[in-house]
Amino acid sequence: MTKALPSVSRPATPGFATFDERHHSLLIDGDGEPDFGAIQTSEDFLALKRRVTRFILPATLLFLAWYVTFVLLSAYAADFMSTPLFGTVNVGLTMGFLQFVTTIIITMAYARYSKKRLDPQVEKVRALAETDEELA
Amino acid sequence: MTGANTAINLSVFGIFVLLTLYIVYRASTRNVSASDYYAAGSSFTGTQNGIALSGDFLSAASFLGISGAIAVNGYDGFLYSIGWVVAWLIGLMLIAERLRNTGRYTMGDVMAFRMRQRPVRAAAANATLVISLFYMIAQMAGAGGLMALLLDVHSKVGQAIIIAVVGIVMVLYVLVGGMKGTTWVQIIKAVLLILSVTLLTIFLIGKFGFDMSAMLDRATQKSPLGEAVLAPGVKYGGSDLSKLDFLSLALALVLGTASLPHVLMRFYTVPNAREARRSVVWATWMMAIFYSCTLVIGFGAMALVGTDKITGAPGGENSAAPLLAFQVGGTVLLGIVCAVAFATILAVVAGLTLTASASFAHDVYANVIKHGEADPRDEVRVARITAVCVGVLAIAGGIAANGQNVAFLVALAFALAASANLPTLLYSLFWKRFNTRGTLWSIYGGLTSCVLLIVFSPAISGSKSSVFPDADFAYFPLSNPGIVSIPLSFLAGFLGTILSKEPADPAKQSEMEVRGLTGIGSGLR
Repeated sequence: MTKALPSVSRPATPGFATFDERHHSLLIDGDGEPDFGAIQTSEDFLALKRRVTRFILPATLLFLAWYVTFVLLSAYAADFMSTPLFGTVNVGLTMGFLQFVTTIIITMAYARYSKKRLDPQVEKVRALAETDEELA
Repeated sequence: MTGANTAINLSVFGIFVLLTLYIVYRASTRNVSASDYYAAGSSFTGTQNGIALSGDFLSAASFLGISGAIAVNGYDGFLYSIGWVVAWLIGLMLIAERLRNTGRYTMGDVMAFRMRQRPVRAAAANATLVISLFYMIAQMAGAGGLMALLLDVHSKVGQAIIIAVVGIVMVLYVLVGGMKGTTWVQIIKAVLLILSVTLLTIFLIGKFGFDMSAMLDRATQKSPLGEAVLAPGVKYGGSDLSKLDFLSLALALVLGTASLPHVLMRFYTVPNAREARRSVVWATWMMAIFYSCTLVIGFGAMALVGTDKITGAPGGENSAAPLLAFQVGGTVLLGIVCAVAFATILAVVAGLTLTASASFAHDVYANVIKHGEADPRDEVRVARITAVCVGVLAIAGGIAANGQNVAFLVALAFALAASANLPTLLYSLFWKRFNTRGTLWSIYGGLTSCVLLIVFSPAISGSKSSVFPDADFAYFPLSNPGIVSIPLSFLAGFLGTILSKEPADPAKQSEMEVRGLTGIGSGLR
């Protein structure tokens, strides 16, 4: 993950996006449009994809599993869920409230992760195709 | 309702309407472009949009309905709110940013991105219109019921007039203010709503010495169910079938939220993916706070007002929060709570009207009828005409459904969104091979199976609380179709894709994936 240079990655499948006269490093096609095929296979984009997946896949599976567990326990283990914990507050109410807490935790973790790990990488990929958009 | 002060209720509500209409008028620009009308020129910040998102989502059903459900059913009422909070994680991690980066105005933009435009856009618009209308009719009918409760309007004609007034004001918001005006209405309403429930909650909890356990203790004494209200199973614990029904509901709640068309459309009002993400973060916080408060308000109403008094009141369960407000703050607080509830209905239906009109004008008119070459001005004109038509339909539907058991309509809207939209969105964002036929199969498969299952469910016929209690064609035993129709839609999308000879367009797929993650090519910064 540690790239030494703000390197100009080449597409893994070479052959196109090479003859443009604007700038040799940009992954844009002859009309100045971004060359999406080349960007998609570029090292920087693949790295971005890996980073995205590394967070959202486990996080999504985790929260869905936790929610489904809660729902299943509520439906089929009513006795367990009504065990008192603090005074009259029982396991079910506590777990329900914890769903809120975990939602907030995952939300904030994702916001932080995006800012630190995803946004800079997005900038890197965007730099591959700084096209006319900014001029327009 | 005892002690209802119609004059105070009406004046607080009147002030809200006048104030918001003025703001909507000020926010409007004279020569609106399509982008202004549909997406407020993408000029809102993530924070503003996040508050508006929570406003869009917190309908009167969530405020009055959930606190009432908790006050009567205890734990089983609480389950709704959990699904609705957790659901935002799907919106946050899987949908919001990609949607902002790939689309411009509607859900159809994303679904049709790499598919054949016309059939897919028509399908997306169909799904949007069906879901929005169901949701809207439920809200409008709710407005009628609410009036009966709050203003002592008991005649059907009186309620019909009120439903019509709500409809007219909402269309005005949309016509004058477009997305910008509607968003400001949402923001004002959401702030009012969250402030009032938070203050009410702090007050309530203070009354019990900041001891939740003491409050619950008192609540159980006031409920005919005793300790059982704190445990699962009061409403859904009866038979294996009702447990399955509950699972089905839970599934629809968590998967439907982030695919409701009016929620999706909100993501276009911000300038880029980063702000879209920030919107969801804000919305999630607002939701978590709001639903934690309704938990306290629900049990507080149980403890202070008593379940019997709530179920005996004219509005039944829905009257829990207003009754509680009256109990602790007299007529003034009651007036405020009622006005906030009205404002909620008004703002939510305005958002729905806008979404429906945008979907028709942008997807059907501009892309299906005009093949993507419509003059933007005509497009906005069509959108406005559609908004009026949708308003008329919603008023008519609301009057017809007034007094019916409408709770199922809201649940149905979630099930529909989870069945028709979510599988399609996820496939088109994450599955390379997904193609036009798969898209059509998953949209229509989810939509029709869901509608059919509802038609043949106990919600429509065969039981005392059905729409047609005298007929019996309830061949499907569950009131909530999600557990069948959601997997079915995923399956249909999969089969449609692999059975189609037409391959996915690889160039478009590259563009969509790159653009979805980075925004390259979208013109967004």
